[in-house]
Amino acid sequence: MRYAMVIDTLKCVGCSDCVVACQTENNIPHGYCRDWITEAVSGSYPNLELELRSERCNHCDNAPCVRCCPTGASHIAEGGIVLVTPDKCIGCGACIESCPYDARYQHPDGYVDKCTFCYHRLKKGQLPACVSVCPTKCMYFGDLDDPNSDVSQLLKNRTYKTLAPEAGTKPHVFYLT
Amino acid sequence: MTFIIKSKQINQYICIRKTNEIMVTSRRKFIKISALGLGGLATTSAALNMFESNPILDKAVKETVAKRLSRSATYCEVCFWKCAAWIYKDEHNDIKKIIGNEQDSHCNGRLCPRGTGGIGMYSDEDRLKTPLIRTTINGEETYREASWDEALNLIASKFKDIKANYGSEAFALLKHGSPGSHLEHLFKAYGSDTIAEPAYAQCRGPRETGFGLTFGSWIGSPEPTDIRDTKCLVLIGSHLGENMHNSQVQEMSDAIDNDATLITVDPRYSTAASKSKHWLPIKPATDIALLLSWMHVLIEEDLYNKNYVEKYATGFEELKKHVKPYTPEWAYGITTIKPEDIRKTARIMAAAAPSVIIHPGRHVVWYGDDSQRSRAVAILNGLLGSWGNRGGFYFKEKISIPKYPHPHYPEPKWGWHDLGTQYPYAEMGLTTAIVDATLQADKSKYPIKAWMVAGTNLINTLPQREKTIEAINKLDFLVVVDTMPMEITGYADVVLPECTYLERYDGIRSAPNRTPSIAVRIPAVKPKYNSKPAWWISKQIAERLGLGAYFNYDDFEEVIAWQLNKLGTSLEEMKKIGVKNFPRQSGPLYLEVEQDYEFNTPSGKIELYSKELANYGFDPIPVYVPHPEPPQGFYRLNYGRSPMHTFSRTINNPYLNNLKSENTLWVNPKVARILNLKKDQEVWLKNQDDIISTFSIKVRITERIRWDSVYMYHGFGHNNKKLSRAFGKGMSDTDLISSTVIDPLMGGTGLRGNFVSILKENPHKTKEI
Amino acid sequence: MQEELFTSGRNIPNIDPSLQIWHWPISLYLFLGGLAAGILFFAALFYLLGKEKEYPTAVKTASIVPPIALSIGIMALVYDLTHPLYTWQLYTTFRIESPMSWGAWVLLITTPLSFLWAFSFYRESYPKTESKLKLFKKLKFLARTEHFIISNRKYIAYALIPLSIILGVYTGILLSAFNARPLWNNAILGPLFLTSGLSTGAAAIILLSKSRNERRVFSKIDLALIVIEMALIIHMIMGYYAGSQVQLEAMELLVGGEFTLMFFGFVILLGLLVPATLETIELFGFKVPVVVPAVLVIIGGLLFRFIMVEAGQLTRYLY
Repeated sequence: MRYAMVIDTLKCVGCSDCVVACQTENNIPHGYCRDWITEAVSGSYPNLELELRSERCNHCDNAPCVRCCPTGASHIAEGGIVLVTPDKCIGCGACIESCPYDARYQHPDGYVDKCTFCYHRLKKGQLPACVSVCPTKCMYFGDLDDPNSDVSQLLKNRTYKTLAPEAGTKPHVFYLT
Repeated sequence: MTFIIKSKQINQYICIRKTNEIMVTSRRKFIKISALGLGGLATTSAALNMFESNPILDKAVKETVAKRLSRSATYCEVCFWKCAAWIYKDEHNDIKKIIGNEQDSHCNGRLCPRGTGGIGMYSDEDRLKTPLIRTTINGEETYREASWDEALNLIASKFKDIKANYGSEAFALLKHGSPGSHLEHLFKAYGSDTIAEPAYAQCRGPRETGFGLTFGSWIGSPEPTDIRDTKCLVLIGSHLGENMHNSQVQEMSDAIDNDATLITVDPRYSTAASKSKHWLPIKPATDIALLLSWMHVLIEEDLYNKNYVEKYATGFEELKKHVKPYTPEWAYGITTIKPEDIRKTARIMAAAAPSVIIHPGRHVVWYGDDSQRSRAVAILNGLLGSWGNRGGFYFKEKISIPKYPHPHYPEPKWGWHDLGTQYPYAEMGLTTAIVDATLQADKSKYPIKAWMVAGTNLINTLPQREKTIEAINKLDFLVVVDTMPMEITGYADVVLPECTYLERYDGIRSAPNRTPSIAVRIPAVKPKYNSKPAWWISKQIAERLGLGAYFNYDDFEEVIAWQLNKLGTSLEEMKKIGVKNFPRQSGPLYLEVEQDYEFNTPSGKIELYSKELANYGFDPIPVYVPHPEPPQGFYRLNYGRSPMHTFSRTINNPYLNNLKSENTLWVNPKVARILNLKKDQEVWLKNQDDIISTFSIKVRITERIRWDSVYMYHGFGHNNKKLSRAFGKGMSDTDLISSTVIDPLMGGTGLRGNFVSILKENPHKTKEI
Repeated sequence: MQEELFTSGRNIPNIDPSLQIWHWPISLYLFLGGLAAGILFFAALFYLLGKEKEYPTAVKTASIVPPIALSIGIMALVYDLTHPLYTWQLYTTFRIESPMSWGAWVLLITTPLSFLWAFSFYRESYPKTESKLKLFKKLKFLARTEHFIISNRKYIAYALIPLSIILGVYTGILLSAFNARPLWNNAILGPLFLTSGLSTGAAAIILLSKSRNERRVFSKIDLALIVIEMALIIHMIMGYYAGSQVQLEAMELLVGGEFTLMFFGFVILLGLLVPATLETIELFGFKVPVVVPAVLVIIGGLLFRFIMVEAGQLTRYLY
């Protein structure tokens, strides 16, 4: 099993609902967020392109944060989900320094926090909060090992990209372009 | 074809609704998948459920995620879309999250960021907490906290004074949202029909006039646009996706999936423009020229929907003659849109017809000829045959809610009707007319001496702020009902803290949709602080005025329960389901083949030419009239919505403030180069009337805006210090909207004719020196 | 024009607009760790070479520095943790891919060894102190312990050589392992920090040494280390030049940005070139107060670490 998120940038309007849904679902303190929206504009008026991306931890296969964690607090759980165990985290910040996506932050309680793909919801058979709330339904979540899953099919039939592939992290959040 | 899949793995509440089968074939294979995706989730969720539990993680999750949640039904009040939702709270009665109701056609289980962040309305520590009464201490005006009794007694005495001295009609109600209906009931019982809301003359009024004149039907809210099934969606200055009109945004996404063609006409590269196959970067204020030219192409190239026009429309010959000279070449000189692009897009619309929508927009008070522009939009839709056809405009239907019995309202001697008589198509109260009548109170036969303002921040809602404030200063009495301190609350004699929608009952939501539905609002928690629901406030005032008979209940819950029983359901059932969908009674969603249909217009047909308008001396078919352009050194001030905020009402909401705490001034790089502006530089704006913005705004240098305009999100730049997060953050566009052009048909205030110059030095500093 | 921004207003403390995760304690620790590694390396090396008589400072007197430096360093490290109560979790596991884990374990072993080393020379090097404190009289077991350590000193020295090298290299690898920070992400940083650590260690020995000969020898060693360090720095900058866009941007911070003056003025010029020149002049027999180049080297080494930690966190992959 290998979980992945596929986000259709052609549909995302950047409303940031995914951000709020994550905050309320996961009790994220105000001022912090596990996901965010990036807006990229290129070209010049009137020949323009705009890309809106809902970004978060990429749950990399080759996760530098997991490699550099001195205690094993950062680890790869079932389905390739990168998680942090708060009670093992010493807050050294190495994983934050190591993440090319700046997807991690220090929780005010001291440990390092980040997107969990809503692990607690997955266990109940629910989709991550961001995916389930997205008004444009531009986010898909599923198992890449299952060739019939939404995510596998989308990656098969559409062009896509990942963020900073040159960092060699093998991200598992994909952007349809 | 709607059905529901329930799966054992899926939490029983998380029902997955499969949307209508999508018929359109497409070059993209994946569409089937994404349509199936929702249904296919049953399998996905089986896969999702394969985790063994991990004790370490379970412990970690326990810390951050509440376990035992209970839910109660509501519909959202963060904007007017009123999506039905579930409020989830934990065992300590803390509201944890708000999730859309799967059965609700306004949201399909997916709220927008504001709805999801609605908790912030409840948890905001800056909320109005207790009644406040204006008082003078040591020569300085201030507020003192008061008991409800004292505040209500004072208000009741003012109601009596106004009635005794000027008549009940002199007390006006200006309102927005759910609390309005309770207060409206109070006012009508009291004998005043002097009622208005900015949602009409400052927002969508003109389009109702334009479509009403053409199709004999208002657009209403939610708009009956069949975006889900359209083949071509044309947006004219409508920034769907930046305004989060939930189900419409959802359907726009469906349309993208269906490979529908999006055409966006906007001087700004809006989000919708970026999703569009064709973006027409029009010169501001020239839309009617484009619309006329499109009609020209459709008619001259014989592309219009002939059968439809023949059967349902009248005045085609007049229209044909009228648009004859409006060639794309003519329009090019005005709109700067290339003739080939005008022709190409017209042909695309024609090819898609009747599954095409020229969207009526929502906030359409731009240049004062807005009813006529909306009419041009309506006529274009008429030519294409989209009204009453799949993928165009469907025939909406709503349930009428039985009236809870109360005595007849007294007949007011005058009311909102009499204030706007110069505008024959003003079909709702005009806020601006109330402001004018207040200013003229001494000389007018319609003297307005007191206002109650509920749920609308008039200072940031009405143009010509100085005039609004002048009117307020003339009032004998101003009472404001709101959940948050706003600019308007600072002008009140009495401020009443309303509890938020999460803490109160309100009227049953019944809105026109594809299928009629009702939704209820049940309080999830007790009102925080010393706040009260609007129904309670209305009832308390009424009782003090001897009007208790109009509020013949102890708790508004009784009213809802009574109404729900009449509707064949019950409060018990509605508490469990939140939303109830009813079968249609009014016939099919679309016109049947060759169906006879009478439109609610004088001729019974779609009026491409309006005799009625001609009789009033207005243009029977819209004409293009040039509008003023920005003088040298000035830029047109354009404004719009950010998807995270509703007007100026949500800026202080801790969740939404987190997403966008201040607005920026969008400036084209060319302009930035000329003025030597740097990214994030603080600037002030001065408009054509020498009005200077209160606060500064940071520059965003972006290609997304034309060089003749600047743009900012509306709603920011609060100057009430009680708003700890919003005060002084960004700029209020309303600051600078001192010039309006009034729509002669219905009295709408055209707001887009204001021009600003950019000041790099703080003008307020130099003033002080 | 290209434009990229967070439209959802992300502004996370210590993350945006650039990282501020590691603060001055980390820089201080990296410096102290390198310094301690340098001194321990020389002490063990010259002890094993049997030169403790000729180089008493390196082997004996200066041995008081590493335990103090490491203790302060560890305190600084823990001080910069945000979840310090869980520090013990470091020692429930060994993560072979984590430089931080290597460092934690190396520190756990090296620090006590550095104490033992210093303790074994305590009575010999600091007789006056002992005659005042009379520790050995008060605590009888100390003499036995001392005897035991002295008899096993050789083994400690054998252990200290690799440990001090790992410690010195690790202070660099800690940073260079992060490919997300383009400024840090180069293989030179490990050897460079080791060299710099040895150089500051040599400088500290020069400062403490009372023997002219010892000072001369360590001046030569230091000069050689500075030459190597310069070569490594040039190598590092050439590496940035040949690197990807993000590395080019990172290099800009050092060669044409806000850290240029600090880096070239204080680290390269005052911290390396000036002391190297002074030491060369001295080699040719001119009188130069030894304190000057030694102090410059130490300050240069400290600043170097501050600059690398600060600047590195300004560099990011995206946005």
